Amino acid sequence: MTVQELAGGLGAEILVEGDLSRPVETAYVGDLLSWVMARLPEGAAWMTVMGNLNAVAVCSLKDGACIILTENAALDDNARQRAGMEDIPVLRVEPGSYETALRVAALLGETA
Amino acid sequence: MSTLTLRYEVPGDDFTRAGEASSDVKRKLKQLGYNPEAIRKVAIAMYEGEINMVIHAGGGEATVDIDPKQVKIVLTDHGPGIPDVGKAMQEGWSTAPDNVRNLGFGAGMGLPNIKKYTDELRIDTKVGEGTSLFMTVYA
Repeated sequence: MTVQELAGGLGAEILVEGDLSRPVETAYVGDLLSWVMARLPEGAAWMTVMGNLNAVAVCSLKDGACIILTENAALDDNARQRAGMEDIPVLRVEPGSYETALRVAALLGETA
Repeated sequence: MSTLTLRYEVPGDDFTRAGEASSDVKRKLKQLGYNPEAIRKVAIAMYEGEINMVIHAGGGEATVDIDPKQVKIVLTDHGPGIPDVGKAMQEGWSTAPDNVRNLGFGAGMGLPNIKKYTDELRIDTKVGEGTSLFMTVYA
């Protein structure tokens, strides 16, 4: 499943297009950036409420597939700019990370 | 490929620029066709080091030596030093202030992450004088 397809399945707002054709291999939830830095799997759709520049850096350095801002979290202007430069798609949804994770799991065909 | 040396200044108290050096190193290693796993390790370890320098030390300098066998990174700051390196190496131990935690840092994972993603790590630190990290990642 591509980021574009995932965005469609979630009904997500696309804040930054980036590489929407990137395959989504798995998903991850977390807001503590150092923690995420240690554990974000490559190719993961990352659900978080952190919409700052450092979140974009973490996703880029860990080769995440996209950032999904949950609970309509804000994306800072400089983060939006950097995500564009780094080709990282940033999506936004209204539900919280738990509900979003359930939907992402269903879309990826994963079970607990 | 002979040794390529890169030097960066890591700005203090500016989170918006933290990560510039590690991103640049990542880009250069990609251009050189370096092993992707090694690139990942270098980028993560160096980014954590940069963040630490911004949080705790008011910035510093980074020197990166790249050769076909390994990447050596030296991060040097003139901050307060680390009084207890053993504690700082424990996951979850943090002395980061609240404003840093609000940005999503300060989980106490910085040095543990650096240790995890480097093949060699030496920390020279002196309270009141500063800290130097010597990291090596094998290709």
